[in-house]
Amino acid sequence: MAVSANSGNVIAKYLPVYFVLLAIAAIEFFLAYRNFSTAGLVRILLFLAICSAALGLMYFMHLAHEKRSLFLSLVPAAIFVLLMLNMIWSDSIRLLHMRPFAH
Amino acid sequence: MSESEMAVHGHGGALMEESPYAIPSHKLTIWLFIISDAVTFGAILFAYGYLRVATPDWQTPFRSASIINAAIMTFVLITSSLTMLGAVDASKAGDRPKALRFLASTMVLGLIFAGLHIHEWLGLFDEGIKLSSGLFGQAFFSITGLHLLHVITGVVVLAVVARKYSSGSLTPGHVETIGLYWHFVDLVWMFVVPLVYLTNIAR
Repeated sequence: MAVSANSGNVIAKYLPVYFVLLAIAAIEFFLAYRNFSTAGLVRILLFLAICSAALGLMYFMHLAHEKRSLFLSLVPAAIFVLLMLNMIWSDSIRLLHMRPFAH
Repeated sequence: MSESEMAVHGHGGALMEESPYAIPSHKLTIWLFIISDAVTFGAILFAYGYLRVATPDWQTPFRSASIINAAIMTFVLITSSLTMLGAVDASKAGDRPKALRFLASTMVLGLIFAGLHIHEWLGLFDEGIKLSSGLFGQAFFSITGLHLLHVITGVVVLAVVARKYSSGSLTPGHVETIGLYWHFVDLVWMFVVPLVYLTNIAR
């Protein structure tokens, strides 16, 4: 197989995304030592983690360059299931305060 | 469906319907696996979140050394994603030696990550925090253990793919498929660090 002259350029192409991911991680570590309430800190860190994940998904995993039908099949379904999980877990905690577990 | 909508693939000129996603089947398979695995991690992270918030005397054992260790692990894993991108690109460009070098770099970084992770665990064991020592131990070791299992599995599969790719029995498409898995492991870590480490810093 012929070797393309462009081989290896991908590192340079994705370096900005790499540095943004490192920067977001650095911000997370910095914020963790600030005086936030636990709930406030979790909200901020989750937001930053979702931003990191979106960057990784779109650029490192090339979802931004795949056919749109793949994106539309995978991402909304995954988000829907995760949101449903969130509902079910909160119910599982509430269940502890209901019969037959409640005392 | 008209014949124009059909594509000829495979052996013997068999007519097969073109993929609606325009990707090979193994790539679609790994995407479906990633989604199901994301739901698995989502479930345990949601469970962890509820436990964390609902438990007033939650342990916060991570001192500076652990947080620095987690920062290095994060750096190593994000860098391994970059080397994985290099491997995928070099394999697509037909540069087999370069692809193999990038795959080897990714494996080394994965092993460094696993080593740091085990070092962190041993430190916690010394402090008396174990899988059997209450909710924090159970949650922490379940989440990080599942992630570490994914990393170790990834390193093993990377080694197998690299070996078979070097002998020519696997294609650049297969390198891309394991690349997607590796990036996913990286993405999961981006949630594990803030939720499991950074919200449990010793004050």
